Amino acid sequence: MAATIEPTSWSSPEMQARIRRRYRSERLFHGLGLASLALAAGFLVFLLTSVILSGWPSFVQTQVQVPVTIDAARLGLTAEEARANPALISRGNFQGVVQDSVDKALGHDVQVVSDGAWLKLREDVRNDPALIGTTQTMWLIAASNIDQLAKGHIDLNAAEGNRPVNDLEIGAWKQLVADGKLRKVFNMSFLTGADSVDPELAGIWGALKGSFMTLVVTLLISFPIGVLAAIYLEEFAAKNRWTDVIEVSINNLAAVPSIIFGLLGLAVFLNTMNMPRSAPVVGGLTLALMTLPVIVIASRAAIKAVPPSIRDAALGIGASRVQVVFHHVLPLALPGMLTGTILGMARALGETAPLLMIGMRAFLTSVPQGLTQPATVLPVQIFIWSDNVSRGFVEKTSGAIIVLMAFLLTINSLAIYLRNRFEVRW
Amino acid sequence: MNRGNMRISASAPGAAEETTLKMTARDVRVFYGEFEAIKGVSIDVSKENVTAFIGPSGCGKSTFLRCLNRMNDTVAGARVQGRIELDGHDIYDPAMDVVQLRARVGMVFQKPNPFPKSIYENVAYGPRIHGLAAKKADMDVIVEKSLRRAGLWDEVKDRLADSGTALSGGQQQRLCIARAIAVNPEVILMDEPASALDPIATAKIEELIDDLRGRYAIVIVTHNMQQAARVSQKTAFFHLGTLVEYGDTREIFTNPKETRTKDYITGRYG
Repeated sequence: MAATIEPTSWSSPEMQARIRRRYRSERLFHGLGLASLALAAGFLVFLLTSVILSGWPSFVQTQVQVPVTIDAARLGLTAEEARANPALISRGNFQGVVQDSVDKALGHDVQVVSDGAWLKLREDVRNDPALIGTTQTMWLIAASNIDQLAKGHIDLNAAEGNRPVNDLEIGAWKQLVADGKLRKVFNMSFLTGADSVDPELAGIWGALKGSFMTLVVTLLISFPIGVLAAIYLEEFAAKNRWTDVIEVSINNLAAVPSIIFGLLGLAVFLNTMNMPRSAPVVGGLTLALMTLPVIVIASRAAIKAVPPSIRDAALGIGASRVQVVFHHVLPLALPGMLTGTILGMARALGETAPLLMIGMRAFLTSVPQGLTQPATVLPVQIFIWSDNVSRGFVEKTSGAIIVLMAFLLTINSLAIYLRNRFEVRW
Repeated sequence: MNRGNMRISASAPGAAEETTLKMTARDVRVFYGEFEAIKGVSIDVSKENVTAFIGPSGCGKSTFLRCLNRMNDTVAGARVQGRIELDGHDIYDPAMDVVQLRARVGMVFQKPNPFPKSIYENVAYGPRIHGLAAKKADMDVIVEKSLRRAGLWDEVKDRLADSGTALSGGQQQRLCIARAIAVNPEVILMDEPASALDPIATAKIEELIDDLRGRYAIVIVTHNMQQAARVSQKTAFFHLGTLVEYGDTREIFTNPKETRTKDYITGRYG
């Protein structure tokens, strides 16, 4: 005989307490979730603020107004010669011309104008050789110390021995400000130039282009190979001991520290295949090795998520297995594959260690022109600049981080746009 | 020997007077690893009739159906023994092209599975991969004809570009039938085509099956005995991997020879 079961009393105190406990734990969970989100958002805001605050001055350039007398004799080149043979312009002594003019206008006790200021004059003369023999009022790039003073990065109250600029430089800066010969403009050369020993001349374009070329190589190698490998493993390969071994190996490879891939790249591409050192093509290949497992794993997951009924439908009307894969499975899995690829590429973009191993930390003052020319990449450039003692490189480091994040944001947005497009189509 | 020309006569009323053999199975056994799912089934499918496979869940009727167009090939560890012929040719012969076989023996699945593409593309896909239409105009004709035969044309003719997945469940299933028809098959296998549908959609599918009878040899798996009685002329009763009884539908339902068949159709088990 079964024991009688009392009807449930929904209003009993025990039941009420149970309900209260349930609501309490829900509120607790809700609060914890919100708190962790707030913490993450706080860190993000802190990171962005500190990077942008310390990085924005790198987009500002201080310039000094100097009347430049372009003396043909000092230059070693007349306007007629320059016009007849523009190639001669490269040999003109623009450095001397600028130095003379600066010394005359501002004295030579203090370095006021950057060592690279003459490049601007050469550019102007190249555009208009008639300038030779005339006197032009030019805005020349200020030397780093004047630049730092103008941006207010120097503590003027510190004792002379404890600050990077001396009293003479401060005097010269104050005089320039009083005379109205100092201005601040948008620093175009930071976005168009390559690295330099002088912080006021250093630019990010060389590293940005290097990063771009490296990533293009990485994408072109790792995406097709990764996707094809995933398709083969999921759709065609027999499920046996060997595929199990391969699967475990791929998962392990995804967790291997990136510097190991750098050593692999060094051994295979540089030492065995004798490919050019420091080149984006080698960097791209090395990063492709590192990115491949990530793409394979993500692509396999995306393929697994395609409902088997779609495969049955296509097989059932006589599609071959390759047709099933390329007409139905791949288009449906593509958004997921792209997500994995974005993750892999973002990781590759931020990767420094493996590129150090294959020599992509070279100091390069020119923008790389091809895949086999020496280049550096954004994170390595940040690493190099952060190592520099000169005060002017502090802001450059943060400026480079801003550029890196902007680049990352751009490729991620592009990838998300592409992914959504494919998702809408299907 | 060409069985395709061999004539057999049906004795029961309701069945076509003269039937032509389309597919024959002889002593078919299917193994999943060690497990024998089908234990020696022999059956003839005629061109003019709708043949229904009935039986309780897990009796092997779907497994056997999937042997008829070799869909079991894709199942890992599945092995098929015995002989299945289409128009007298062994379909498990290495010389048989499985892609062509599946075009000749089309299939409609339990759950409607339209491609996530437009209605037009769903129907046009099969003819396209088999190269059945040279021009866009030919394809338009095939698509319209297939949708008309599937009784869907009037409902979708103004929105052929809409996604096939946006249709209702019953419409999706008729779209899948149109898709199967589009490649001009000789046999259509239907694996519980109405089990995921409401009664009205089910009625439409049954009506459609009746319309298609004669043009295509149709084999339908169902666990709904009333459905089998309504749409089929021949019924095969499966139980635990064996074919218990096979004969004219009327005979099976009114005067079953086997006790197990009788118990099943009177609702004793299943």
